[in-house]
Amino acid sequence: MKKLLVSLLGGTLLATSSIAADVKIGFVTTLTTPAAVIGKDMENAVNLAIEHLGGKAGAHDLEVVFGDDGFAPDTGKQVTDRLVKQENVDIVAGYIWSHVLLASRKSVLDAGKILISSNAGPSQMAGKLCNENFFSASWQNDQTPMAMGEVLNKAGVKSLYIMAPNYAAGKDMVAGLERTFTGKVVGKDLTKWGADAQLDFSAELAKAKASGADGIFVFYPGAAAGAFTKQYHQAGLKDSLPLYSVFSIDGISLPKLQAANFSGIVGSKVTQQWDPSLDNAANKKFVSDFKAKFGKYPSFYAAQSYDTINMIAAAVEKVDADMSNMDGLRAALKSADYASVRGSYSYGANNFPVQNFYLREVVVDDNGDWTTQVVDTVLTNHVDPHVGDCKLK
Amino acid sequence: MDTTLLVIQLLNGLQLGILLFLVASGLTLVFGILDFVNLAHGAVYMLGAFICASLTFVTGSFVWAVFFALPLVAIAGYLLERFIAQPLYERDHLDHVLGTFGAILVIDTLAHLVWGPAGIAIPLPAYLDGQIEILTEIVVPTYRLTIIAAGLSAAAGLYWLVNFTRLGMLIRAGASNRTMVSALGVDIKTLFSLVFALGAVLAGLAGMLIAPITEASLGMGNNIIITAFVVIIVGGIGSMKGAFYAALFIGLIDTLGRAFLDDIFKLFMSSAAAENSAPALSSMLIYILMALILSMRPQGLFPPKLR
Repeated sequence: MKKLLVSLLGGTLLATSSIAADVKIGFVTTLTTPAAVIGKDMENAVNLAIEHLGGKAGAHDLEVVFGDDGFAPDTGKQVTDRLVKQENVDIVAGYIWSHVLLASRKSVLDAGKILISSNAGPSQMAGKLCNENFFSASWQNDQTPMAMGEVLNKAGVKSLYIMAPNYAAGKDMVAGLERTFTGKVVGKDLTKWGADAQLDFSAELAKAKASGADGIFVFYPGAAAGAFTKQYHQAGLKDSLPLYSVFSIDGISLPKLQAANFSGIVGSKVTQQWDPSLDNAANKKFVSDFKAKFGKYPSFYAAQSYDTINMIAAAVEKVDADMSNMDGLRAALKSADYASVRGSYSYGANNFPVQNFYLREVVVDDNGDWTTQVVDTVLTNHVDPHVGDCKLK
Repeated sequence: MDTTLLVIQLLNGLQLGILLFLVASGLTLVFGILDFVNLAHGAVYMLGAFICASLTFVTGSFVWAVFFALPLVAIAGYLLERFIAQPLYERDHLDHVLGTFGAILVIDTLAHLVWGPAGIAIPLPAYLDGQIEILTEIVVPTYRLTIIAAGLSAAAGLYWLVNFTRLGMLIRAGASNRTMVSALGVDIKTLFSLVFALGAVLAGLAGMLIAPITEASLGMGNNIIITAFVVIIVGGIGSMKGAFYAALFIGLIDTLGRAFLDDIFKLFMSSAAAENSAPALSSMLIYILMALILSMRPQGLFPPKLR
């Protein structure tokens, strides 16, 4: 009885029903705190991918065990340790946040297991800390703002004010933008981030306005995007200080902005490697089934999570679920031979995708829902800037 | 540094200070009079924001939503007092912390179940959503001025209540010497319930006022409660006057730190170093301040008079 109770308790910590599957995937994301809205979208996409696969990779059963990082690096590392040591998963995937991924990477890689990021792309792990067992199913942090920098140059923006959260990805985003943006950066604010993130930007917006910049560039993922957009709107900066953003106005924030009718956001432009309007069979099926099942457009987080599972399933099938065949697994993952919702792409030397980046615009769809659509391709087969620091061949 | 920007940043600091005061005043009331550590005060702040958000969509107006949400928050505060605080009054502070921390987890999870993880953005009516030019070139969002006005009226109402009513007299007496108050035959149980509900209303109001800016989100109260504790410690625990001045002081320090610290640092270090160190220091500034004040005046700036 006591044993049963203990195993029940263990079961509630990691939401799982474990009947021996052939391959076990650990998926770490944020399921509590306001950022859980992102984690929920990813969880939905993972479950949809498993459903589309019929729970199988070829003839082999797949099982996903979710872990909650609580939006904090220490909790993220603990849950990763638990997945690796107690749950004994074969592959660990997920990770929204760069600082969580950086804290958790050693737990997986030192155990000799495969680690796949479904979102975070910290510069360190593309460069010096690159590893043959680490793959990204998303992008390197610098790339999306680099695409935005090109867009700004084309739009003739001469001076820019920058705001981003003060953590690993925030710094990468700013660095990425500054790599391609040729104008002058007249001011920069890095704000407090984490479960107790700063959400009132009155002081920063007043400074941005006073700086007289041609535009403002921001990176505020998740719940902070809604808060920022509203305050930007309330401060009446729409005409004097146009907004350019990455990873902020997306499938997560748009439904909320629509509910509160912040119509100023329609028409604004963002860059991304994926979009619900991308024209390929895998994406069409993913977007329409996701919408039918969850009643909203999938976010890019969801798209990358869906890709992660399909990428793993394709690799597992190739090695016939022999998870000790690491060379075979790595080769299979690196071939990117699966139907990605972003279209086909390849992997660079550091196991980060070499892929296109698109300019997307916020539009109102036929049903009156707010979404984005691709207007232009900004970067084609783009390689991240840190690959040179990586010793992998 | 131009004066226009300074004035705008002072107003921003004032607005943050006012919100902090609304949260801290309830906390200091409960701590000062009931000698009860209420960590769940932040959860009530969150509850206020969520209830107000839902009512905004039901009534179609943010202003009406606030009007209807306030009594609901008072009820929530009363229930919290009746079922969680009351059984713990006789216990020590650690038990208060444990009990109310449990209440935070329960309320957060309930909010997660009822409103989902996404948080809710609250639309403002058009007359609050614009900007006002208060002096030439000093343009501020109307809603931020509204917060200042609403907060100051609440502070004035509280001042009147505490200093010029019979209830206020009992509250002040309770803060000074609660054994004597109960010995004089005052129904201390009802007084405690009222004070607790009043504190909840103030915290709820703060949550409702901030929600159209940052939106109602899970765990939003856990963030502000720490700053609110800093405020009441700096101001002197149990003192309304202390909470008011300390809240304004901390609001200004925090905002001005975020606004000007990097420019100040750039005067004597490279701009890259300034950009890295300024955010780190500005997020620590209020705690450094608290440590300084505690080392010189451990009882806080305006401790209540004890006899």
